[in-house]
Amino acid sequence: MNCKIMCINSSFSELINTDRFMENNQPTFYEETRKDGISRKDFLKFCTTMAAFLGLEASGVGQIVKALQTKPRLPVIWFHFQECTCCSESFIRASHPIVANIVLDKISLDYQETLMAASGVQAEEAYKTVMAKFPGEYIVMVEGSIPTENEAYCCIGGRSAKAILEEAVANCKAVVAWGNCASAGCVQAAHPNPTGAKPVHKVISGKPVINVQGCPPIADVMAGVVVHLLTFDRIPQLDELNRPKAFYSRRVHDTCYRRANFDAGLFVESFDDEGAKRGYCLYKMGCKGPVTYNSCGIIKWNDGVSYPIQSGHPCIGCSEEGFWDNGPFYQHLPDVKGFGIEVTADKIGLGLGIATAVGVAGHAVVTNIRKHREIENTPESGS
Amino acid sequence: MKSRSIPLREVYVWEMPVRIYHWINALCITSLCITGFVIGNPPAFMRGTEAYYNYWFGTVRFIHFVSAFLFFFNFVFRTYWGFAGNEFSRWYNFIPYKRSQWKEIFDVIKVDILQVTHNKIDSIGHNSLAAFIYFITFLIFLLQCLTGFGMYSAMSSSFLPKMFAWFVPLMGGDMAVRQLHHVLMWGFILFAMVHIYLVFYHDYIERRGITSSMIGGWKFIEEDVIDRHDNPEDSTKN
Repeated sequence: MNCKIMCINSSFSELINTDRFMENNQPTFYEETRKDGISRKDFLKFCTTMAAFLGLEASGVGQIVKALQTKPRLPVIWFHFQECTCCSESFIRASHPIVANIVLDKISLDYQETLMAASGVQAEEAYKTVMAKFPGEYIVMVEGSIPTENEAYCCIGGRSAKAILEEAVANCKAVVAWGNCASAGCVQAAHPNPTGAKPVHKVISGKPVINVQGCPPIADVMAGVVVHLLTFDRIPQLDELNRPKAFYSRRVHDTCYRRANFDAGLFVESFDDEGAKRGYCLYKMGCKGPVTYNSCGIIKWNDGVSYPIQSGHPCIGCSEEGFWDNGPFYQHLPDVKGFGIEVTADKIGLGLGIATAVGVAGHAVVTNIRKHREIENTPESGS
Repeated sequence: MKSRSIPLREVYVWEMPVRIYHWINALCITSLCITGFVIGNPPAFMRGTEAYYNYWFGTVRFIHFVSAFLFFFNFVFRTYWGFAGNEFSRWYNFIPYKRSQWKEIFDVIKVDILQVTHNKIDSIGHNSLAAFIYFITFLIFLLQCLTGFGMYSAMSSSFLPKMFAWFVPLMGGDMAVRQLHHVLMWGFILFAMVHIYLVFYHDYIERRGITSSMIGGWKFIEEDVIDRHDNPEDSTKN
């Protein structure tokens, strides 16, 4: 913790010392890391871990090491809009010290509302300096959704989130949307979405947006995205929803250690039942693993200690669009909106089925009356 | 003994490929709905055992996927037959683009659904309303393939499911796709209920042999209906 305070202090001194930008002589990531007392061995360990997370081949480690040793730090502006700061919280709890430092300090976090020591004019100046000094080079990182119903719902320094974002994005290199809020709107965009909250990619255009999904995203995934940007100088390979393929190409279900129980048809029926004690599949407890794309089953959380399913809780699908509206969390089939509470497609279907059966029965009665009349009206013959 | 004389003619309406399509489709839909229900809400008949002894849920899913592939190719074949088959199976029966088709739709509603008038409908193959409903079910078939293979694409590397992968991001993610897939299944169930009832109804009232026509292919059609079918100009003159 002391280390983190020092980091923030040093970043503060840098923030108010705008000379750094004047010199245009940014220290490399490696230099900064060594200054913090992290050994070269730990640095190499970090690079290797990152290469593994990113799914790179062995030679990729060298590329990462080289990039972090030679390239100047990435200028970054980090905005907080409508959000809960859980993305930042996830990050500062990252297991590896370098993972935390990489965003707390080492990527040259020139403006970060939660962690920066500067305030008021100094803070404003910090991000304006970045925009002026590094046009086309800086990365805009966004936590939170942007209100569009009335921009006044989220204002910083007297300006709306939308105006701030549009100005910052105009000359940036790329945008990183942290978490579900910035990627898909999360809880603010859930029905009835009073602020008209929209994710970053629906507010801006013309710049690449990387959606780092999750509520919050896994710290190591966040670090992996930053390392990729730094090492390869281009955005990572993305899927159709702009999520980095390295981390979001597989379902939680497909990498779940309880998967064998799913295929065997062994399900937890209620929390604390025999099945729960035996570690059966949580599918019937509403686990959204089969519809959720994330790395929880592989990278896990808190230094790879565990993840929700391992702790006996079903996945709530926090890295998917609209996971709040596809609730409840403990029910796999979502409620259908507009039919009152706890009405699923099955209940509506059953109701319609009964209505159809009643209709069919009524129709059959009328048909029989008609048929009998027709038989009665047919003349007798041959007698 | 009550009897009457109606001059009838046998008409070969449903060719062999249409009949085979129909029964494969019926089997697939039955299998897909049952396995689909089990997948959506698996019964808890296994307790206190370990995963390595069993694979029943995997088997249920396997049957669902195999049925889905069969259903899909069967559907593709029927689409082809809509351009290659006889006049009763052609695509133009299914889309009401002619005035006469809309007139028949309203006639069918009056005669068969509301039963306010008791004229016989002239159609030899599908009547226009039935054909239009089949067209809607074809759209549901298509959507069910898009949602089903869309979800399947995440766990497959073969080209066919991958061809449907684009549909998932269109809906925002697997959650919405799964929900739509589940809702559409109810469309199949409701359709099957009404479809089976109406087959009985038509055979009961019209006695054209519609039930057996999907087995043998032939229907008994009144001579005057066939005359009007063969000489449409005459009927408009009358």
